[in-house]
Amino acid sequence: MSDFDNKKILAEPVFDNNPIVLQVLGICSALAVTAKLETALIMCLALTVVVALSNLFISMIRHHIPSNIRIIVQMTIIASLVILTDQVLKAFVYDIAKQLSVFVGLIITNCIVMGRAEAFAMKNPPLPSLLDGIGNGLGYSVILIVVAVIRELFGSGTLLGVEILPLVTEGGWYTPMGMMLLPPSAFFIIGLFIWALRTWKPAQVEKPDYQIHAVHRTEAV
Amino acid sequence: MAFKDLPNDSTAKTVIVATALCLVCSVAVSAAAVYLRPAQEANKAADMQKNIVAVSGVDLDGRSVPEVFSTFDVRLVDLETGDYAQGIDVEAYDQRAAAKDPTQAGPIAAERDIADVKMRERYATVYLIRDAAGAVERIILPVRGYGLWSTLWGFLALEGDANTVIGLSFYDHAETPGLGGEVDNPAWKAQWDGKEIYGPEGDVQIRLVKGGVDPSRPGAEYKVDSLSGATLTSNGVTNLLHYWMGDDGYKAYLDKLREGQA
Repeated sequence: MSDFDNKKILAEPVFDNNPIVLQVLGICSALAVTAKLETALIMCLALTVVVALSNLFISMIRHHIPSNIRIIVQMTIIASLVILTDQVLKAFVYDIAKQLSVFVGLIITNCIVMGRAEAFAMKNPPLPSLLDGIGNGLGYSVILIVVAVIRELFGSGTLLGVEILPLVTEGGWYTPMGMMLLPPSAFFIIGLFIWALRTWKPAQVEKPDYQIHAVHRTEAV
Repeated sequence: MAFKDLPNDSTAKTVIVATALCLVCSVAVSAAAVYLRPAQEANKAADMQKNIVAVSGVDLDGRSVPEVFSTFDVRLVDLETGDYAQGIDVEAYDQRAAAKDPTQAGPIAAERDIADVKMRERYATVYLIRDAAGAVERIILPVRGYGLWSTLWGFLALEGDANTVIGLSFYDHAETPGLGGEVDNPAWKAQWDGKEIYGPEGDVQIRLVKGGVDPSRPGAEYKVDSLSGATLTSNGVTNLLHYWMGDDGYKAYLDKLREGQA
């Protein structure tokens, strides 16, 4: 256990190895649920719980998972956890569960969950796996919350439903940007976020897959 | 051979692990479904009551939503005859489920199906608000119809004259946020108050129009400003009102109600 730095496992996915901006996983739900901050927060919580617990359970039984059915085993555990989460949301926060609709169910197909199960939980003990899950959930959450704050503030003039910028339609001065309420705006915001993060941490810039060389005339002939 | 000595990739271990995992997961999922069902059903019912009370325009006046809802008279209407249905349990009847059940709903001829409802159930749940003397003060009718992306499910609240609108509100739809989704905008919904459904001839006149409504022009009482950038959702709203207020919908019932026969 001592060769694991728990704090590093927890903190690394937030900025240094962020699942959305570096690994570019889980984009689908990041577009769909970020028009309002409230839904984004619940979605973050749901995903963090699922990825943390799925990492924990998969790691606990990792020595007994036959490698030829390991993907199915992971999917079964993840799917069960997602259904449990969905049921709990419907029972306790019905209004928000209604707005999240299919996107809670789609956590099953969120690449972050599957990716962490296969890449980390299958090879590491339960505690670091749990922390890795929480860390990746937080990494996902940071991006979602930033995107949701921008989209709700400029799209509806509110934050968590509380009016911040009074709208023209309700007698204020702010004309909302309708674009912000549509999914493409999340693409732009995430793109800008990736740009900003890679300017801050240039180590995250990938090498181009292919580069055209400047060929000298004599070489070409 | 003991379980722990089995190699991970042997057939026996694969089957044992898969079976055990399935058992554990299914027990967990079914337990959650069974234990959480009452809370979920209660949420659903409370949510529906909230929608009905909101569209009715009744002032809560410090009372809770279930308290106000309990004063409503819930009845089933037979859409074929326009009479109240007899011998069916109102509490147990689920109109939304009935609309999808071929034994309780019938297909609508394509040329009559202006709201793209496809199947219409025979019985509709209506909510009546009566005054102290028992006369109908307000009527709340469930309506639905296709917009651009989705079926809009909602309630229309009418005054006791079965003609003047109090409000129209949709509780379930998937129209584009910011465009067709503006059917939820309180400013837009406020326009419905005081509009009229039927013309002097008893035909459905209410509709959404482009370019705003000038209240001084004749016919303004039948016109509501449509949603900008959402022509198809607006057409859908007009169509669903024409369908549900027409002969296939509540017209027979509302006529009888007006004459005091229902």
